[in-house]
Amino acid sequence: MSNAPHGHPGEAMLRSERLPHIWCPECGIGTALSCFTEALVGSKLDLDKVAVVSGIGCTGRVAGYVRLDSFHTTHGRAIPFATGLKLGNPKLKVVVFSGDGDLISIGGNHFIHAARRNVDLTVICVNNFNYAMTGGQVAPTTPLGAVSPTTPYGTFEHPFSLPALAASCGAVYVARWTTLHVRQLIRSMETALAKRGFAFVEVISPCPTLYTRRNKLGSGLDWMRMLRDKTDVRNGADPRTVDISFGGRIAIGTFVDIEKPTLQDRIDESMKAALGEEYLRIDAAETDRSEQRALQEQ
Amino acid sequence: MHPDPAVMLTGAHYLDGDHACAEGAVVAGCRFFAGYPITPSTEIAERVARRFPKVGGVFIQMEDEMAAMAAVLGAVWGGAKAMTCTSGPGFSLMMENLGLGVMMEVPCVLVNVQRGGPSTGLPTMVGQADVMQARWGSHGDYAIIALSPNSPQETFDLTIDAFNLSERYRVPTLLMMDECVGHMTEKVVVPTCDQIDLVPRRMTALSPEEYRPYRPGPDLVPEMVAAGQGYRIHTTGLTHDERGYPAMTAAAQEALVPRLIEKIRRNAPDIIRLEETDVEGAEVVVVSYGITSRVARAAVQQARAEGRAVGELRLITLWPFPEARIAELAKSVRGFVVPEINLGQIALEVERAASGRARTIHVPHAGGWVHDPKKIHAAIVEVNG
Repeated sequence: MSNAPHGHPGEAMLRSERLPHIWCPECGIGTALSCFTEALVGSKLDLDKVAVVSGIGCTGRVAGYVRLDSFHTTHGRAIPFATGLKLGNPKLKVVVFSGDGDLISIGGNHFIHAARRNVDLTVICVNNFNYAMTGGQVAPTTPLGAVSPTTPYGTFEHPFSLPALAASCGAVYVARWTTLHVRQLIRSMETALAKRGFAFVEVISPCPTLYTRRNKLGSGLDWMRMLRDKTDVRNGADPRTVDISFGGRIAIGTFVDIEKPTLQDRIDESMKAALGEEYLRIDAAETDRSEQRALQEQ
Repeated sequence: MHPDPAVMLTGAHYLDGDHACAEGAVVAGCRFFAGYPITPSTEIAERVARRFPKVGGVFIQMEDEMAAMAAVLGAVWGGAKAMTCTSGPGFSLMMENLGLGVMMEVPCVLVNVQRGGPSTGLPTMVGQADVMQARWGSHGDYAIIALSPNSPQETFDLTIDAFNLSERYRVPTLLMMDECVGHMTEKVVVPTCDQIDLVPRRMTALSPEEYRPYRPGPDLVPEMVAAGQGYRIHTTGLTHDERGYPAMTAAAQEALVPRLIEKIRRNAPDIIRLEETDVEGAEVVVVSYGITSRVARAAVQQARAEGRAVGELRLITLWPFPEARIAELAKSVRGFVVPEINLGQIALEVERAASGRARTIHVPHAGGWVHDPKKIHAAIVEVNG
């Protein structure tokens, strides 16, 4: 980042002493992070109350660059860690920012259960279609037919469609944008941050060092041209119809935007019904105690 | 600091070890529990699920044990005291995030109500074969604290102790119960709040500008903060510097990992709890822990009735291992008899600490039931001559 007076609007949200970052030239993760910092500015959230949790992988390094309470956890476990963080301190706005391999493969079970529970989390998944940190191996998002070091003759597994997965498990907000569509992506992240419940944003991102190079899809710039030419904005589309095929067109937009009670809402509701005044919320107890202390001091 | 009297069931109760553990957690100030059902530990989670909503706590049943342990770490960074419980197969799954807890220096408690293993083993029957896993189960070099109760009352007491030690040293602390203690029902006295001391979390008084998340204090333990307090910390499972930032160098590794071990090793005298009976002048010392310490008592009493000088050393702290005490006793005793419900784990430590100065005889049991005291007695006779 430059120290020039006209820096990036999100610059204050980055740990500039940790820059330069580890990502390759033309990688989309930096763009996704940049959009996130702008979305945070737009969100008007109290940044002292925003926490970012990442897992392992290239996108997993995002937690290390944001000047927020930030947690770089184990592979696949960002979502359950974030679930504990949110339930342990309901006043926090908790964001999970990680990659497709981390969130959907090793962390896939946690992903579906957090969506089912409607944990109040903003989940941002940078999908670059491969395990980039380890050298570009096949992921559960790799389009059928693409090659990778562990599928040298082409993949033979059907990939997950992340919006379909998130929507079918109960996510209240599901959107897919790309690192070309930065304005839409910023707005989408802002919307996701404002949602109560499991809000999911998939960010299609180039991996020019590994995935696109190995699959002869050109440079990062070529990939941006592809995203311009081969994406269709289909807001409101049925998430079951937005699969990504190798070389095919990519549906982008907001696919789900609904309201429903969060996990914490459901806990509060059922405990109040069962226990009445006996129910004490984790943060209510804290408030009560600090109020008691304040009264004693008076 | 004392516990909140409003949450305490002060008085005498008739509880099994699992329920006593849950009550200990309530008293210790634990207010977050993420679990996954597994025999023979499930009763802890069930009682917590019933108790926590009334004391300002959260119980959540996660999708698996990896998630449970991860959620515990997250909740601690949210500011809560947190725990989970499990048994063998789940303990294996928790090793991943136990390592993260060690690396991030997260105070929390993990209870293992041990059953027979390996693999699914004997789900409903006793074992003590996870004690080496407790010490070494996650990858890499680290040190940990593990306690072993031998009664429901002690389970209650040690659950509180486990929280206190975890807070004092910022390390996940293991409560290594066994199925017999977990399912044994006895009198448990919950004292009044003034009789219990709780160690508060070591929160920093420094400003966000001055604070460094992993700058060790004089006892090698860094001060802590919680998310949401304005410190904007970063913490990672990667090797890190005092700021908590990843530092991929041998020098950073050298500055961090030996400290994680040394903070436990240097403070071992404060962490180690032993119960010694008739050890002075003993020719044979029976070293045991958990339910086996109660079974061994019968063999020891018989040997004493025969005029043999037999002492008992009960390990309440398993890790760090009380090697200094064993080494000292090895100078004066003929040998140690080590019964345990496994095929040789703590016996290896006793043998190492005795370092050839006294014999060590292991009395194995493959699991599923407790020892026949006759076998322990035979080992005592063998050493005593």
